[in-house]
Amino acid sequence: MTSLASPAAPARPIARGLRFVGIAIAAIVLYTVALWLALPPVSGLTSAQAFPVAIQQTVNALSIGSIYALIALGYTMVYGIIELINFAHGDVFMVGAFVSIIFIGGIMGQTGPVENIPLLIVLIGGALLFTMPIIAFLNVSIERLVYRPLRNAPRLAPLITAIGVSFILQNVALVVAGSGDRSAPQVFPLGWHLELGGASISVLSIFIFVLALTLMIGLQVFISRTRLGRAMRATAQDREAASLMGVDQNQTISLTFLLGGMLAAAAGLIWGLRFGFVRQDLGFNAGLKAFTSAVLGGIGNITGAAIGGFVIGFIENFASALGFSRWSEFLVFMVLTFVLIFKPSGLFGHATGDRA
Amino acid sequence: MLNRLRDASDSHRSLTIVVAMAITTILMYVLPGLPPLSVVQGSNIWYDSFANAGVFVLLAMGLNVVIGMAGLLDLGYAAFFAIGAYAYAYSNSPFSGTDLPFIPMLFVGAAVAGIFGILLGAPTLRLRGDYLAIMTLGFGEIVPIVFLNLDKFTRGTNGIGGIYRPEPLPGLGAFSPSSPFNYFIVMVVIVTITMILLYRLQDSRIGRAWNAIREDELAAAANGINTVTTKLLAFSLGATTSGLAGVFNASKLTIVSPDQFLFTVSFTVLAMVILGGMGNIWGVAVGAFVVYNIQVVFLKSINGIIETLGVPAFDLGPVHVNLAKVPFTDYQYLLYGVALVLMMLLRPEGLFPNQRRRQELHIAEEFDEGEQGEITGAMGAAPGAAGDAGGAL
Repeated sequence: MTSLASPAAPARPIARGLRFVGIAIAAIVLYTVALWLALPPVSGLTSAQAFPVAIQQTVNALSIGSIYALIALGYTMVYGIIELINFAHGDVFMVGAFVSIIFIGGIMGQTGPVENIPLLIVLIGGALLFTMPIIAFLNVSIERLVYRPLRNAPRLAPLITAIGVSFILQNVALVVAGSGDRSAPQVFPLGWHLELGGASISVLSIFIFVLALTLMIGLQVFISRTRLGRAMRATAQDREAASLMGVDQNQTISLTFLLGGMLAAAAGLIWGLRFGFVRQDLGFNAGLKAFTSAVLGGIGNITGAAIGGFVIGFIENFASALGFSRWSEFLVFMVLTFVLIFKPSGLFGHATGDRA
Repeated sequence: MLNRLRDASDSHRSLTIVVAMAITTILMYVLPGLPPLSVVQGSNIWYDSFANAGVFVLLAMGLNVVIGMAGLLDLGYAAFFAIGAYAYAYSNSPFSGTDLPFIPMLFVGAAVAGIFGILLGAPTLRLRGDYLAIMTLGFGEIVPIVFLNLDKFTRGTNGIGGIYRPEPLPGLGAFSPSSPFNYFIVMVVIVTITMILLYRLQDSRIGRAWNAIREDELAAAANGINTVTTKLLAFSLGATTSGLAGVFNASKLTIVSPDQFLFTVSFTVLAMVILGGMGNIWGVAVGAFVVYNIQVVFLKSINGIIETLGVPAFDLGPVHVNLAKVPFTDYQYLLYGVALVLMMLLRPEGLFPNQRRRQELHIAEEFDEGEQGEITGAMGAAPGAAGDAGGAL
């Protein structure tokens, strides 16, 4: 487990990595089996019909989990470094979704599926290259302009400010884009499917999962292997001591917001491709779920947040696959409540002080 | 003269509140009939909006106990408002078939909300303060969803309608949409009583315990304050006040539905408390009153005013601006957001600050100045001390 505050990169990374992959695959298979067993009594499908559905839903869960995981990383990194719940992060994700639409729909002029693979690569790669710097800059600017002056203020002040920023972003989006759903061009053809054991699996979902995984591994490598990543870990562990050792605090904190913004931008692009719409209040719910993911994984813990995102994706998917999608938010909130009451340090976190 | 007046008001606080509220009420009774206000809307509409503003004054005073006095951030405050409102809807509507008297229901609704406050607060108040913020945010989000989804018991999106109005009170006559003055008077009485109770509580042992916890929880605990029960008291008292406002609001609107209690309500009340000045009871009351009237009266009539003044449309670069057509009401939450951020950056103690709160909020700056100007030997201690003060909130 790489916690932001862990002292060093883990020993024998390959063996640990393999064990981790093994556990992850086991968990995914377990989920599919659980869904397969749970579906027949609720939906009236036979066991044989339920199997492909269970596989499809598992893949869906992975792609939704990817979105939550990418946003959760932003929450967890910021909390790890400056102990602030950045309420505005969900809205930064929402702005990311809008900016990616501006690139794909506005600049590239695409409205529907693109079957031409090279063009598709250019579109999605271009959207990432366009959206990530913009959102990273937005996130860094927010920190620079409003959180930094309050760094030594009583804790309530930056929290309230973050709420204020969240509302500003939401309402600027409302003024600019209007209320209600804005359609996002789904350039990745939804019709592409792989056949597997009678189930047709959407290629988009696999692509989303791979993209998110790549970004997360990239982040992991950056934090555990590079000099700047080491500075981040040192700052998370003890801000003052790190500063005395010559780590530039301002630079490190800006870097954290930069990375969080980039991941949120990718999540925004994925949202647009996957769901085909964006609206200004999207960030609120997604942010709450992503924050729950971060808490579930142990806030401040990078791997934990990613796993937490997938777990929340699975929980939500389980509810909606069984026809209780109206209650998925309630379920997620219950998870948050129980984690906070019984294990506030999360699944992979270490105990934090209880002073508020 | 002014000092003697201040001394007198300090030693006879409840009397001062009654006198001040009486003067305010007379002003609110007379002013709507006179020019600047009478031009905007008729007297009855003013009384109606004053009564509605009173709901937010109550909400803000309640949230002030949680945020301003005890220093806990409650972001799901509208949930308790909803619980109070639904409690009244169940006791007084054709939906449930019961018609219970209004005044006892004020207490019942408030108590139900207070119990939910305890249920939510008991497990979560042991946690760090920022976890409380996110828990309450989630709770505030969930309560309307539950009311929406349990449509068998709540009629879902349609909400519970046809709620009975309060029965006639002696000396006031019947409550009806055409006589908002009755609601206004009842509201004034509720606000006055709540204000007296809150001031007395603030000056009591409990109020001092809240202060102590807010400033330094560890030190407060070391001095024998049971921090969990004291915080729980503040939290559930806030919820109770919110429930009270909910009962009044349901009886006035005669309908409750989940979309009345979204996060925007919690956010609006938070903005009122911050603007008015955390910790200052009359400050947040004034803040709530002013913000509500800006939101409901000013933003709605501003287009009409611009039109009457004859401000011409103009071009701002490529954008054609016609101020008479700008939907200012759509921008209200943007304005609140900007106001919150600016207040926190420039004047965190609010427009009408509480002295003690002001000192706390500026403590970090004082330490910074001390660091620069004073003896270097104290440097080691200063950042730690500032950090502790910061951690206390």
